[in-house]
Amino acid sequence: MAEPLLHVHNLRTYFNTEEGVVRAVDGVSFDVAPGERRGVVGESGSGKSVTAMSIMRLIEPPAGEIVTGEIEFNGTDLLNLADDEMQRIRGGQIAMIFQDPMTSLNPVYTIGDQLVETIMLHQPVSKAQAKEIAAQQLADVQIPNPTARLDDHPHQFSGGMRQRVMIAMGLSCDPQLLIADEPTTALDVTTQAQIMDLMLKLADERGTAVLLITHDLGVVAGFCDTVQVMYAGSIVERGSADELYYDPQHPYTWGLLASMTRLDEGHRDRLHSVRGAPPSLIELPKGCRFSPRCDFAIDLCQHVLPVLRQSGGENQEAACHRAVELDLKTVEAVTAPR
Amino acid sequence: MTDVLEGAGIGQAVDGVSEDDLIIDVRNLVKEFPITRGVFFKKQVGAVYAVSDISFKIKRGETLGLVGESGCGKSTTARSVLRLLEPTSGEVLYKESPDSTPIDVATADKDQLNELRRHIQIVFQDPYASLNPRMTVASIISEPMLVHGVGTSEERLERVRELLRIVGLSPEHANRYPHEFSGGQRQRIGVARALAMRPNFVVLDEPVSALDVSIQAQVLNLLDDLQDEFGLTYLFIAHDLSVVRHISDRVAVMYLGRIAEMADRDAMYERPMHPYTHALLSAVPIPDPELEANRKRIILEGDIPSPSNPPPGCRFNTRCPKAKEGVCDIDVPELRELEPGHFVACHFPEIVDLF
Repeated sequence: MAEPLLHVHNLRTYFNTEEGVVRAVDGVSFDVAPGERRGVVGESGSGKSVTAMSIMRLIEPPAGEIVTGEIEFNGTDLLNLADDEMQRIRGGQIAMIFQDPMTSLNPVYTIGDQLVETIMLHQPVSKAQAKEIAAQQLADVQIPNPTARLDDHPHQFSGGMRQRVMIAMGLSCDPQLLIADEPTTALDVTTQAQIMDLMLKLADERGTAVLLITHDLGVVAGFCDTVQVMYAGSIVERGSADELYYDPQHPYTWGLLASMTRLDEGHRDRLHSVRGAPPSLIELPKGCRFSPRCDFAIDLCQHVLPVLRQSGGENQEAACHRAVELDLKTVEAVTAPR
Repeated sequence: MTDVLEGAGIGQAVDGVSEDDLIIDVRNLVKEFPITRGVFFKKQVGAVYAVSDISFKIKRGETLGLVGESGCGKSTTARSVLRLLEPTSGEVLYKESPDSTPIDVATADKDQLNELRRHIQIVFQDPYASLNPRMTVASIISEPMLVHGVGTSEERLERVRELLRIVGLSPEHANRYPHEFSGGQRQRIGVARALAMRPNFVVLDEPVSALDVSIQAQVLNLLDDLQDEFGLTYLFIAHDLSVVRHISDRVAVMYLGRIAEMADRDAMYERPMHPYTHALLSAVPIPDPELEANRKRIILEGDIPSPSNPPPGCRFNTRCPKAKEGVCDIDVPELRELEPGHFVACHFPEIVDLF
């Protein structure tokens, strides 16, 4: 395999709270290849956003702390970079867009000011040139009258437009990696389609690698080549999108897919449901973290934490003791009691 | 509006179903919020046209799904039906049982409204914001009974325990506080509170939108069970079209304060006729990579217009790929019944297969 663009190894990010230590990310390893579009899927509290924040070094001590792990970007160790060097990478080679475009834009400055600031921070251009680049970028994200709109403030844009501005800002320095954390979760579905369509087009044209963080398996299906599923701070399954969707190996992935309502499917008498709720990240269950909710758990699962092992497709791995032996795609969804 | 719907009021057959089966009949509902200027001498300078003349009926025991994007008026409609908001005009006829005389919720007096609120309940979207953090679960669930003066305190507590069991929680949870529960469990508490007065009709305003997928399924199954068990009628408000397809018997799609299309569940998804419905359905992602790669997506241009300045004619004409100048930007399309039970408000309707 070619040299990865991003290499994350055994990342552990913990938060200190009054109740105890929250192990938000607990031993996560993965690579992103140049130009790869990778989905990180998980429910609230699975650690997907904290993984992204850790890569960008946006975890603020003393509340949170990267306890161990390596994060290499193009061979550079990000965790040992000086703050000003990290600042240059942030928004330069790695860009990030967040869920809520209203809170990630500064309401008192014009869109133009904010774009120009980012461009001038990373590129040796004059203010007038930066302004031209900014207008071009707004045009690239299909905002009408881009030059005139540079003088508008964020509140004069709709939610979808603001997210376009964020994408413009994120891509302004032609990053090699774009981290998009729930970029369309706050948007309506037709606007989401516009934004995902735009991101796909731009990433494709520029060969940008994308780490798409989302809870929505549908959005990932249309956008990503590869997927990793997170649960309670660790990766439970990963593989190509086809492998994971059509032949899930981990009971959690399987349960998630089976519990989704689908647009192309009429009424089902009952939806499959994953019983119970995710564990507390302060007191994680012994053994497999999913075992208390798993329909297939055996004694071993309650004692030994499973590691990722190849199962199913060629590039597919699951952290499940029973992954190889179970053929989940032939299992009829179990109906959990009320 | 002179369309099929108006003719088919209580007293006449609707979709081949006799009038006795209607529980809710909304006629020409309008809700406008005035925009005022000035502090002491408030002057109305405009209005937000949140709901503009919509009519729909709900049959006893069915689930009507009301879908649309933010600002389409779906929540305003729900709140006007319950009269949590005062409708600007229109009628909301409620019929408690097949034999009772309909009461207009929109004009009911205080006593009538008090009585109506026993039968009509609501479950809100945000299980974190809709439960008072300083009240125990028992006092939250028993509050409606207290307000309506039902039973002694022991009887109410007994009912609380029963309700907790019904919604899949343990009776021992009665003395705990909302923060001790997860999002899904809180939504169950909200459902228990709505059921306390044994209602006939429950408005569910985005009840699963704030929940994770695995928990969403649990709550949807619960709502399904409760409907069967207690013969409930639901008005299910949501923006998630996949959830709506699963839970609803009939679906109405709203756009900018009007109903664009209304049909039986499968007809809506398999034979959609309104261009907005086409765009909406084509935009919903499906968890299936191959299907996603081969789907044609209708990407709408621009944003939804402001409801304080809606476009003339068809409200969708500014973004519609099929809009014709001189027609769609002038004439308001009526909601016409183009197939039995399938209503469409479009000058150029066309069935499109989206899968």
